Amino acid sequence: MTDHIKDPIVETRGLEVRFSLPTHFLSRQKPVLHALSGVDIQIQKGETFCVVGESGCGKTTLGRAIMGLLTPSSGEIYFRGARIDTMDEDERKSIRADMQMVFQNPYASLNPRRNVFQTLAEPIRHLLPEKSGADVRAQVEAVLDATGCDQSWQRKLPHEFSGGQRQRIAIARALVTNPAFIVADEPISALDVSIQAQILNLLNDLQDERGLTYMFITHDLSVVEHFGDRVAVMYLGQVMELATTDTIYRDPKHPYTQLLLDAIPRLEGGSFDAPREPGELPDPVNPPPGCPFAPRCPMAQDICRAERPRLRELETSGTMAACHFAE
Amino acid sequence: MALLDVTDLHVAFPRGKTGEVEALRGVNLTLEKGQRLGVVGESGAGKSMLAFAILNLIAEPGRVTQGSVTFDGQNLLELSERQIRRIRGNRISMIFQDPMVTLNPVLTIGKQMIETLKAHRSISTREARRLSIEKLNLVAIPSATSRMDAYPHELSGGLRQRVVIAIALLTDPELIIADEPTTALDVTIQAEIMSLILRLCRENDVALILITHDLGVVAEVTERLMIMYAGKCVETGRTRDIIDAPKHPYAVGLLKALPQNSAKGAKLYQIPGSMPPITNLPTGCPYHPRCDRATDECRATMPPLEHGVACFHPMHENGARDEAEAAT
Repeated sequence: MTDHIKDPIVETRGLEVRFSLPTHFLSRQKPVLHALSGVDIQIQKGETFCVVGESGCGKTTLGRAIMGLLTPSSGEIYFRGARIDTMDEDERKSIRADMQMVFQNPYASLNPRRNVFQTLAEPIRHLLPEKSGADVRAQVEAVLDATGCDQSWQRKLPHEFSGGQRQRIAIARALVTNPAFIVADEPISALDVSIQAQILNLLNDLQDERGLTYMFITHDLSVVEHFGDRVAVMYLGQVMELATTDTIYRDPKHPYTQLLLDAIPRLEGGSFDAPREPGELPDPVNPPPGCPFAPRCPMAQDICRAERPRLRELETSGTMAACHFAE
Repeated sequence: MALLDVTDLHVAFPRGKTGEVEALRGVNLTLEKGQRLGVVGESGAGKSMLAFAILNLIAEPGRVTQGSVTFDGQNLLELSERQIRRIRGNRISMIFQDPMVTLNPVLTIGKQMIETLKAHRSISTREARRLSIEKLNLVAIPSATSRMDAYPHELSGGLRQRVVIAIALLTDPELIIADEPTTALDVTIQAEIMSLILRLCRENDVALILITHDLGVVAEVTERLMIMYAGKCVETGRTRDIIDAPKHPYAVGLLKALPQNSAKGAKLYQIPGSMPPITNLPTGCPYHPRCDRATDECRATMPPLEHGVACFHPMHENGARDEAEAAT
């Protein structure tokens, strides 16, 4: 599948992120947390690329590394063919207007002391300093219209808005520099059920109007099914399965993907009737030598505990899976 | 006689010098022995307030202004603190959202369990320890005996919530009130915990009030359902019936807005606007500003809860779709 993507807008190669943890004063060991261990993904222009997994799987770290909010320990990141992880801050500034981010919690991501106009004008003034004051005002007005915000909001402060309205403002802030690529990290999970649909529809409309590319990070598989073109399922810092959304829901290949899909509560009911074994994420400081999912996997054999499976393309479906036994 | 009978429950908080705002505005519910009820609503709808009011745990300055909570024949709101302690945490157990807040971080799991038991039963430490290990085994905690000496921070989120469930079961309660028990957990852990709660309730004939915002979880676990909006119950009935054929436009909207109920790539149905804060409720039905079926009657008068729905213009009345629905 990787071969089919010509000029991806974003690409990572062998991306690793390690965090050094504080050393215990009696210990000579230097504990290292492996947040990402060798992630290769390619995101195609105009698609919605979803990254799913449970907490601690590295999905947020991946988004932050691509955005340059943290420095990878090794590996490469490309944006429109140019390597960006080695850029210094000045070079980076030239592409920041093209890649923006929407965060999970609009109560934390908006500065409570800045009114909406200040919040929206800041990215333009910082990233596109050649714009005149009139241009800035025009761009702010345009983005408010595009995101369904009222012009009267400009002089208001974040506390005057509900969660859904704040997330609209956060989306407007991400869009105000006319980016091509947006990382949305759990953009609806802090919102109430009746508001989630509003925000998803807004993101969808904006993508249609502006040809945006999304990297959509979420733990909610029912949203992915509706919203995503392709999905990467992550576990303990690795991609376990990568396929088109339709394929992955119809025919999941990796046992972890099957477990995830099986865990979705269904409106039809009945799928929680059978008892389930307690599952644990392995310790990311001392990951198991083989497949990280082997301790929970019903199919695990000796080879799984000894040798880490590589992400490989399966002949039958075009799905990529990191499992010795997927076929 | 029903196990739990809540009638016309009102909870209010003072506002300004003399005013009051109502967080619960007349809620009724009946729960039979062993029955599982889901309470669904958005944040601020009053669902957690209902749980606290049932346990007579409304903190000052809030207070129950009206209504009764009858558990096994006794009005919990009239009992003394001493009397209610024989029920709360004993015959009615609670499971809250965040196990790290529920568990005491400086006591071992075993100590917390033994203390809980000894507070409600006059038994020896040895016997309390035996019962605690038995409950840890019941909730499928691996190597339960050694976990007794573990501190909460040494366990994963899923195991911690299992410990909380084990503590809730210690006293063999007749009713468990679970307030968003899996919201802080991952999907696979949520499935484990909810299927565990479901099995334990079924096997031991324990009644359950499950408070959540997740209609999928409610469909999996509960038999009866109550949908709350702005401090009121807007629809109640059999879970299956409401999910298959909701009557209140809010319930209809919530279900229609779920991504799994939309064709792939199609625009999701969205309910316009958001829930009004309890400090600024509209007149009449609180849902009317967001409702596409609202009439002048809805704007003027709060519809009473009749046949399980508080709406003047419900969908699917008496199993048949009304004219407005048939016309579209």
